[in-house]
Amino acid sequence: MATATAPAPAPAASAAPDKDHPGRKPPILRYLVLIGLALLFISPLLFMLVTSFKTRSEATAVPPTWVPSDPTGQAYKEILNASDTPVFTWFFNSLIAASANAALVVATAALAAYPLARMDFRGKKIVLATIIATLFVPPVILIIPNYLIVGKLQWLDTLTAVIIPTAASAFGVFFLRQFFLSLPRELEEAALLDGANKWQIFLRVIVPLSKPALVTLAVLAFLTNWNDFLWPVYVLFSPESQTLPPGLSTLQSANNVRYDVIMAGAVIASAPVLALYVMAQRFIIEGVSRSGLKG
Amino acid sequence: MATSDTAASTSAADSSSDRIDSPTRPAPKSQGRREGEGLAPWLFMAPYLGLFLTFVVAPAIYGVWISLHAYDYTLPGKPWVGLDNYKKLFNSSSSTFSDFWNAMQATGIFTLLSVPLLLVIPLMVALVMNSKFPGRNLFRALYFAPYVLGVAVVAVLWRFLLDNNIGLVNQYLGALGLPDDIPWLTSVPEAWAALVGVTVWWTLGFNAVIYLAGLQDIPGELYEAARVDGANKWQSFRHVTLPGLRPVLAFVTMVTIIASANVFGQPYLMTKGAPGTETRTAIYYIADTGLRNFQMGDAAAMSYLLTIVLMILSVGVFWLFRERKS
Repeated sequence: MATATAPAPAPAASAAPDKDHPGRKPPILRYLVLIGLALLFISPLLFMLVTSFKTRSEATAVPPTWVPSDPTGQAYKEILNASDTPVFTWFFNSLIAASANAALVVATAALAAYPLARMDFRGKKIVLATIIATLFVPPVILIIPNYLIVGKLQWLDTLTAVIIPTAASAFGVFFLRQFFLSLPRELEEAALLDGANKWQIFLRVIVPLSKPALVTLAVLAFLTNWNDFLWPVYVLFSPESQTLPPGLSTLQSANNVRYDVIMAGAVIASAPVLALYVMAQRFIIEGVSRSGLKG
Repeated sequence: MATSDTAASTSAADSSSDRIDSPTRPAPKSQGRREGEGLAPWLFMAPYLGLFLTFVVAPAIYGVWISLHAYDYTLPGKPWVGLDNYKKLFNSSSSTFSDFWNAMQATGIFTLLSVPLLLVIPLMVALVMNSKFPGRNLFRALYFAPYVLGVAVVAVLWRFLLDNNIGLVNQYLGALGLPDDIPWLTSVPEAWAALVGVTVWWTLGFNAVIYLAGLQDIPGELYEAARVDGANKWQSFRHVTLPGLRPVLAFVTMVTIIASANVFGQPYLMTKGAPGTETRTAIYYIADTGLRNFQMGDAAAMSYLLTIVLMILSVGVFWLFRERKS
C-alpha cells in the first residue's frame, strides 16, 4: 500500500527533497536500504576487530565465526614483541610523523594564506596561480626527483623524509585563503587603528577567528600523513624506521597466513584515525564537502 | 547545525571564486594597502615558499632533467641521452616498452571500471540522503568511515576477506549456493572485480559527501517551480538536479579519474600485480622501476608521459562539463 501511493522510479524517488511532504514516502523502505548499506561498510571493520582477538587457528577457521570462542590477546602480544615487525615502534613513528607534519602544514599554510588573502603586493597573482596549479600536478612526477633530493639531504630512512617534503600543502594554502577571505575585515581594521602591526593582527585576530578552519586542516593533514603509503614504502626501509602503512605491508609478508596477527596490526593502524574521526567527524566531513579537494 | 555550517561554508566558497582577482576590484581598502606592503608578505610566505620550491617546484623541473639522462642511481656515470628515454616508450623492441604499456593498460582498465561506479553509486547514495530524516548524520558518518582508513589497512583487510579458501566473501557466497572458490586475488578478470569493488567500498563515502553538499546547494524553489510546471520526479532530476550539480559533477569526475589513475596501494598489497603482471598498474611499475630498480631516467620519462595523458584527459573532462549556452 505504501508503494502504491509513491510509484516513482527508484533513483528519481529521492531526487526532489521531500521536506515539504514528510509523510508521503514510506520511511521503512528507506531505513532498510540505509541500514543495509551501513552494514556493508561497518561489518568488514567489525570482522577485522573480532579476528584480531581470535586464536591462530580460529582466525582461519571455516566457517568463520563472529564471536571468538576463546578470546585472546595473543596476536597483539606477538606483534608487539617481534623484532622484525616492531608494530609498537611503527605506531609511535606514525604518531610523531603525522603530528609534526600536521603542525607544519597548518603553520606554513596559514602564514602563506594570510598575505595572499589580505595584502596587495607584486607577484601575488603568480604565487597564487603557481600554488593552485600544483593542485593538479600528479604526485607521481615528484617521487623520483624527491627521492634524490631527500637522499642528498641524508633524510632517507628517517622520519624527516615523511614529515618535511609533504608539508608544502597547496591545498592548505588554498583552503585557508578561502576561509580568510570570508572573514569580516572590520576587526582587522580596528586592530590596525589600535596600532597593531601585521604580525599582531595575524596572531591575535586572524588565527583566533579561524580556529575551525585550522582544526579542519590539521585533522585532514594528520589523516593524510598517517595513511600515506606510496612514499613511505620507498623511503623508509629498515623495520625500526617505518610508519604503520608500510609496516602493514611488511607485517603481511612476514606472516603469510597469520590473519590474527595481520588483523591486530590493522586494528592498531586504524584505531587512532577512527577515534579521531569519531571526535572530529564534523570537521572532517565539512572539510571534505566544503572544497572537496584532498589534502 | 551541520546543515547551517554547510550553507555558510558553501557560500564562502562561492564568493571566493569572484574574489580571486580582488586586488583589481575597487573593494573598500584601508589607506596603507595602496602603497604596497614591502617585505611583509614575503616574510609571511617564506616558510611555505621554502618548502614549496624545494619539494614541489624544484623536483617538477629536476624530474625533466633526470628523464633526459640514463640515470641509474647505483651507477657513477649518468650520461645525457636526450629524448631516448621517451622514445624507448614508443619503440616496441625496447626493454621497457611492453612492461610500460602493460602497466598503462592495467591503470586504464582499473580507471574505466571504477570511475563510472564511483560517479553513479555515490550520487544514488547522496540522493537517498538528501532530505531531513532522523539519523541522517549518523548514516553519512558511517558511509564515510572507510575513507578515513588508509589504503594499507583497507587492502590488508580485504586481502583477508577475499582469500580464496578461508575468506569471508567466498564463504558467504557458498552459503548462498553460489560458487565458493572464486580466485579474487590470483586471476583476471576476478582480480579486477576485487580491486575495483574494494576501491568503491573505500572511497564511496568521499564522493557521496561532496555530492550531498552540492545537492544541498540547489535551491528548493527550483524543485517547487518544476512541480508547478507538472514535472515528474525523473524530469525534475533531469532538469533541476543534474544541471544544478554540474560544477560538482565536473569536480568529482576529475578527482575520481585522477585518483583512479594513481591507483597503487590496492594492487601492491592485494594482488602484487598477479596473476602475472596483469594488475601491475602504471604508478606501481613506475615506482618499482625508479625506486626499486633505480632506473630513474626511465621512470621519470614514464611519469611525465602518464602526466601528459592525464592532462589531456582533464582537458577532455573540462570540455565535457563546460557551460553550454542554452
